[in-house]
Amino acid sequence: MEWSWEYFWDSVPLLLEGLLVTVELTVLGSLLAYVLGLVFALVRRARIPVVSQLMYLFIELVRSTPLLIQVFVIFYLLWPALDIRPSAFLTGVIALGIHYGTYTAEVYRAGIEAIPKGQWEAATALSIPRSRVWTGIILPQAVPRVTPALGNYMISMFKETPLLISIGIFEVLNQAKEQGAETFQVLEPYTLAGILFLLISFPSSILVRRLERRVGQL
Amino acid sequence: MSDSTSNIISTILSGLGTTVYATVGGIALTIALSFIAGLAMLSRSRTVRFISRIYVEGFRGTSEVVQLFWIFFVLPALVGFKLVPLFAGIIVLGLNHGAYGAEIVRGAVQSVPRAQREGALALSFSPAQRMFRVILPQAVVEMLPSFNNLFIQLMKSTALLYFISAGEITEKGELLRPVYGSQLVLIYGVELVCYLLIALVITFGMRLLERVLARRLGREVPKRQSAWARAGANA
Repeated sequence: MEWSWEYFWDSVPLLLEGLLVTVELTVLGSLLAYVLGLVFALVRRARIPVVSQLMYLFIELVRSTPLLIQVFVIFYLLWPALDIRPSAFLTGVIALGIHYGTYTAEVYRAGIEAIPKGQWEAATALSIPRSRVWTGIILPQAVPRVTPALGNYMISMFKETPLLISIGIFEVLNQAKEQGAETFQVLEPYTLAGILFLLISFPSSILVRRLERRVGQL
Repeated sequence: MSDSTSNIISTILSGLGTTVYATVGGIALTIALSFIAGLAMLSRSRTVRFISRIYVEGFRGTSEVVQLFWIFFVLPALVGFKLVPLFAGIIVLGLNHGAYGAEIVRGAVQSVPRAQREGALALSFSPAQRMFRVILPQAVVEMLPSFNNLFIQLMKSTALLYFISAGEITEKGELLRPVYGSQLVLIYGVELVCYLLIALVITFGMRLLERVLARRLGREVPKRQSAWARAGANA
């Protein structure tokens, strides 16, 4: 197979279009994962009989099974069972959000547990209401510390979005596939897809590493 | 058990072998590459460090699915022969997770206290003896929990072999889906249980190894914990 620069550059606009979808999926999926993770972590911590245990089981189940199957379960099983038809894109965001939410739940948990006991005791001594303790004292200290870990999960999510090709989302890899199917030349578009991933995730991981160093000095 | 139920279960289980082969093969390649690249990143030679950096950042920076597509669809055109799907899968799983494992190895070796190195130097051990008799035995124990994580990630990634039709669990399930549309709960249920069980076996094995190695080093043996709780702490 001959490498053709012309074909390579021709593929760029289409793949950039797909990259935009990949980025949208990542950003929306991460936001959902950050919110869900906090909810999961708080429910687990709340020690409400049965509910907390079920939450724990749910987190473990989701974390130790493949994202691809979870996408299938939501797309082919859950939506028909609920009798609704959300788009593939929305399915992708929800699957990514739930899957990564179970990871971020553990991150939040570690962050919350790292807050010294004295803070809780002081808050109790000052008889600050429970909800204010969380929003005013615990979370403002816990969340900044876990930001780098949350950033890392965003980068891994970014690299996992191509598996949504399985439910027909036109993200960057699917565009490369389409391009290749049209011309029977897959070398350039697949290579380009890889380069595009590298161009975004490499600088991002350097940024996260820098953030980690800054948080370490806190 | 009705006919369709046993048919579904036996079809999915027929993919279990491939999933296990891919997992075991991927883990073997991951271990080899992790140590090679991880130690290379600590090498005194700039060129060796640079090459291993490129490998690590290249595979960590690009998507695993893209790598799979590249190796399975592009490579045949470049080299003139097509890889068997399972084999291509093992290579991608190994290359990808080996890049992550390299950082684990590097970090663990660096975390061995300096005094250990100095002590070995004072006893005039050769560089190879220092590495294999003093540094690595201690570093390996540190690596085990992170490798447990990584292996479970790798096991979950075997589902991606669905894209190259390697005939593993996920693909078997998707082949059944159009036929047994009313039994999707059973299909996905069996698949999920299979993955969960493999994750538990990996965690159990790594836990055992951790206890054995810690005992051999004369360290405090880690507390016994249920494999389930342990899998949760890692995955």
